[in-house]
Amino acid sequence: MWSFSEIAKNIDLWLNDLVGSTWALVLEMVIAGVAVIGLFAALGLVLVIMERKVAAWIQIRLGPNRVGPKGMFQSMADTVKLLVKEGMTPDGADRLLFNVAPFIAMIVAMLLMAPIAFAKDFQLWDMNIGVLYITAVSSLSVIGILMAGWASNNKYSLLGAMRSGAQIVSYELSGGLAILAVVVLTGSISLTDIIKAQENGWWIFKGHIPVIIAFIIYIIAVTAETNRAPFDLAEAESELTAGFHTEYSGMKFALFFLAEYINVFIVCAIGATLFFGGWMPLHIGNWQAFNHIMDYIPSSVWFFGKTFFLIFLIMWFRWTFPRLRIDQLLNLEWKYLLPISMINLLLVTLIAILGWHF
Amino acid sequence: MGAASLIVLIIAAVAFSTIAILIAKVVTKSTTNKQKGEAIECGIPTKGPSWIQFNVGYYLFALIFLIFDVELVFLYPWAVAVKQTGWMALIEIVIFFFILFAGFLYAHKKGALKWV
Repeated sequence: MWSFSEIAKNIDLWLNDLVGSTWALVLEMVIAGVAVIGLFAALGLVLVIMERKVAAWIQIRLGPNRVGPKGMFQSMADTVKLLVKEGMTPDGADRLLFNVAPFIAMIVAMLLMAPIAFAKDFQLWDMNIGVLYITAVSSLSVIGILMAGWASNNKYSLLGAMRSGAQIVSYELSGGLAILAVVVLTGSISLTDIIKAQENGWWIFKGHIPVIIAFIIYIIAVTAETNRAPFDLAEAESELTAGFHTEYSGMKFALFFLAEYINVFIVCAIGATLFFGGWMPLHIGNWQAFNHIMDYIPSSVWFFGKTFFLIFLIMWFRWTFPRLRIDQLLNLEWKYLLPISMINLLLVTLIAILGWHF
Repeated sequence: MGAASLIVLIIAAVAFSTIAILIAKVVTKSTTNKQKGEAIECGIPTKGPSWIQFNVGYYLFALIFLIFDVELVFLYPWAVAVKQTGWMALIEIVIFFFILFAGFLYAHKKGALKWV
């Protein structure tokens, strides 16, 4: 059957035949790099047009509809437009930090791609500490944002960056505790093991109500971590013009924008992996026939389907909830989400020890 | 592909960003004047520097975060082992959370969680 891992294996064999093992490794690295860049660019384009189309659909209007069929090439046209815009540095800014910040944002977003399993046996690095790696690296993204905000020497940028910093570090806690619920049930922090453990049903169905609570907390936390509405205080248009990237223009702005959308994709991919089984098809206990039929759908389709469902959910939030104030935001995290997720983790532990999950 | 993939990813990110910025630099025309270089303040002339003393509230939250983040790191090895360790692990983590919660209540009582 057609699958990504087969293709990768065949390319590997073919290259080893053709140029010897050393050069094959180098060429594979180049291919992997180019493939990830391609995935990056494609995801950026798709997510921007999806965001606008979902917004249009929710507000009962057409959205972009001029460039290409049904406006599908709009984001490509926007990229070209951004390419010919002048990327300037303001006079008062710290030139080095100002120009390095977009690179940091991009590197962090790119590094998070490493442990994600896009399809069956298809991931860049099958590390045994996948969950820990993701928690560690994703918290680096705040550095790029603080750097950009401070180096701009602009009051809006500074305010946006500070808000964003407080928000990201706060929500990381309850997000991490929600992830731990799945780790406790699986007994492993390797993403491969977590996916394998969901072979007879996804954790969200197997883990009773505590896992559903953990999933809800996770979705709230990642919405805040990626600075999306209703937690988009960092770039609240009506208060701070554009928040930490007010002074950025042209390609540097585009890089921030891209990194932000990639972060949304990645947190949704992690959510799909932990709670919905990643590339694992929908299996129900020992309904052999049903499971077998579900296996016919390729694993990559399952993965991207679940991920885009979660992305759609996060886009939906934007048009449903009004923006919070900074004190409400911090109250929500420290006085409600954090205690709830701690108690929830204890409940999950109880379930895991008693073996009540399926 | 192993740990080498991280190097590949970093190189890919840097290369992608550099190429994009360089292309933009080649195809655009750059002009400078005094007003253009100013920090944007929505139309009115920029007043004063932005690198000034700032609301301490943000730093307070960062400090409390530090404590809880270290606690979170401690929880990872526990979470992996909890299924084999059984009841002992649950009792220990209840004690751990209890101490942590006492600290949390202390911070709350001191007003560290109140937005100023």
